[in-house]
Amino acid sequence: MQLTLLALILALLTVIGFMTGRSRAAASVGGRVAELHSVPSYHGVYVALWAGLPALLLFVAWTAAEGWLAMQLVLSSLPERLTTGDGQSVALLKADILNLARGIATGREPDPLVQDAARRYAGLRDLADWSLLAVGASLAVAGLAWGRHRIGPDLRARPAVERVVRVALIVCSMVAILTTVGIVLSLLFEALRFFTVVSPLDFLFGTHWSPQMAMRADQVGSSGSFGAIPLFAGTLLITVIAMLVAVPVGLMAAIYMSEYAGRGVRTWLKPALEILAGIPTVVYGFFAALTMAPFVRSVGEALGLDVSSESALAAGIVMGVMIIPFVSSLSDDVINAVPQSLRDGSYGLGATRSETIKQVVLPAALPGIVAAVMLAVSRAIGETMIVTMASGLTANMTANPLQAVTTVTTQIATLLVGDQEFDSPKTLSAFGLGLVLFLVTLCLNMVALRVVRTYREKYD
Amino acid sequence: MSITSGIPSPLKLRPRGDGRAEQRSSADLPAKMTARGVKVFYCAKQALKGIDLDIHENRVLALIGPSGCGKSTFLRCLNRMNDTVEGCRVEGRIALDGEDVYGKAVDAVQLRARVGMVFQKPNPFPKSIYDNIAYGPRIHGLASGRDELDEVVQTSLKRAGLWGEVKDRLREPGTSLSGGQQQRLCIARAIAVSPEVILMDEPCSALDPIATAHIEELIDELRANYTIVIVTHNMQQAARVSQRTAFFHLGEMVECDDTEEIFTNPRDERTQGYITGRYG
Repeated sequence: MQLTLLALILALLTVIGFMTGRSRAAASVGGRVAELHSVPSYHGVYVALWAGLPALLLFVAWTAAEGWLAMQLVLSSLPERLTTGDGQSVALLKADILNLARGIATGREPDPLVQDAARRYAGLRDLADWSLLAVGASLAVAGLAWGRHRIGPDLRARPAVERVVRVALIVCSMVAILTTVGIVLSLLFEALRFFTVVSPLDFLFGTHWSPQMAMRADQVGSSGSFGAIPLFAGTLLITVIAMLVAVPVGLMAAIYMSEYAGRGVRTWLKPALEILAGIPTVVYGFFAALTMAPFVRSVGEALGLDVSSESALAAGIVMGVMIIPFVSSLSDDVINAVPQSLRDGSYGLGATRSETIKQVVLPAALPGIVAAVMLAVSRAIGETMIVTMASGLTANMTANPLQAVTTVTTQIATLLVGDQEFDSPKTLSAFGLGLVLFLVTLCLNMVALRVVRTYREKYD
Repeated sequence: MSITSGIPSPLKLRPRGDGRAEQRSSADLPAKMTARGVKVFYCAKQALKGIDLDIHENRVLALIGPSGCGKSTFLRCLNRMNDTVEGCRVEGRIALDGEDVYGKAVDAVQLRARVGMVFQKPNPFPKSIYDNIAYGPRIHGLASGRDELDEVVQTSLKRAGLWGEVKDRLREPGTSLSGGQQQRLCIARAIAVSPEVILMDEPCSALDPIATAHIEELIDELRANYTIVIVTHNMQQAARVSQRTAFFHLGEMVECDDTEEIFTNPRDERTQGYITGRYG
């Protein structure tokens, strides 16, 4: 309640600050705005920032520290027999206090001491919120007054505002980076927990994947085996099939679009191809499971081959189709970036169009095409849905595309679906797989970006 | 690939100009290429308004004129490079050795093997120096076997005056050369397919004065074996390298005469205005 009120007060003061700043700046030079160092709206923003920013920073710091501080105060007043013990019992005590303070039943008869502590905790929080409201509001008013006081013809309001804007921009870019770092760290720590149970060597080089763990001591046949090689092999197999479909088709389409198609054809063909990229992968999954897999199976049977109803081939082909627009669109851009002067040079020597494409345009565009293919590969490796739906969950180690295989991403999805205990190696193995996947795609993307960069340096 | 159908092989021996011919006015020489009533349209816009011009064998013809006057357009008609430009239409007749180059029997690809081109900006392929030169002979099957190809590459580089500078680094990329060397590489590349006519579109405009002097010397030497048409903005260059000069203005050819005549005694007022620097 107090915090909502504070937010409203801050918003109001900021708007007031902007208005007064602007009008006061104009008034300070008697309406001759050209005499100001900065235009009046910068003065307005300047005052608004003084009103809003310090109070906002205080608000953020206060709310971050408040809960922790109140908890420490409450805990220090409790007798030692409650607060000493292992980490788990202290965490439990804290949870109890928090729940009681919020009026949530803990499910067991609470210790009167704890009940008392919870009451004090709630009181402290309430007090802190009210004082935050008071301090925050007065800080905002003081900031407003100070900002307003500074306004005059010589105030360099624009540089000051721009400095603040620059800091804001930096903060925004840091958010993206820090989120990535956070994700990587959480992945890393869970993976490390997994690797304390299962040796990394067994994980990376084991050839048997069967993540079922025994729930009871007498359960049969569920010892848990975490050799991830079959998953890597399955991923590789499906990726290779997908690339065998996507690279030739995508590249040829790109060559047609950039070198042969007239402007009219190109304007509708390229967006049409890119529609393929907009289809949700789940829909591709339907197509793979309900159309492509039976088709592959019936063709295989007609040829006298033994095809399982869920095959790597079906999943790989559909995944390849999904990636075609990716390859074609990127390659098309790269081929278009090859300077016309190179083509002219080749035509001027009496080369035909196809000779020019094969011997001049494609070699010049090769680095970019390689980068496009690599980005497509990392896309294929990360794809989950199509494989889940069309190629099954059996961790076969096979190079036969007609059998069912499973991939790293599919296993991660299955391992984490439903209710899971987060201390069993079965669940934790998903993080191990995720880490490997992340490292592989990271490397691919880095190499691809490096290649693209060197390519750009060459022609721009 | 066959290059003999319809037009004579570029490998066939051709009559070469001899020293005495230079004493006469070039207008008396046989015309290697002739243009009659050439009009060019880019979509609806007319770029050339009926050009009549003779290009004489073993002579250098310079095309001069202010920017946008159509001289590059005319040059690109001679080997049908305008075919690659969308919306471009050519009317009139251009003949090479009496045969209409826009005729049905003529393949633009084969024509360009006989009428080579050097561009404004050096545009070596992203290949080695050797492969840059060998590109043309390879696609036209002009050399059978490694030794013959080596021979062609060496001869072309020597003719372009580049052999001494690159003979130890034939495997390095063509783009590693300096601008002037790159342009001579492009000339060598054009020579390697043994064209009869070489078209040069402002070949020195991206080069420094020393590199320009090299290329100009080279053009003068090449004249013994090839017919050359050069587009230039540089009047001194036209005066130095060409025997005949044509002045273009607003899509028309104003006059064409021996270079000395044009620069000392122009008949048209516009020509005089341009060469004396009054406009352009």
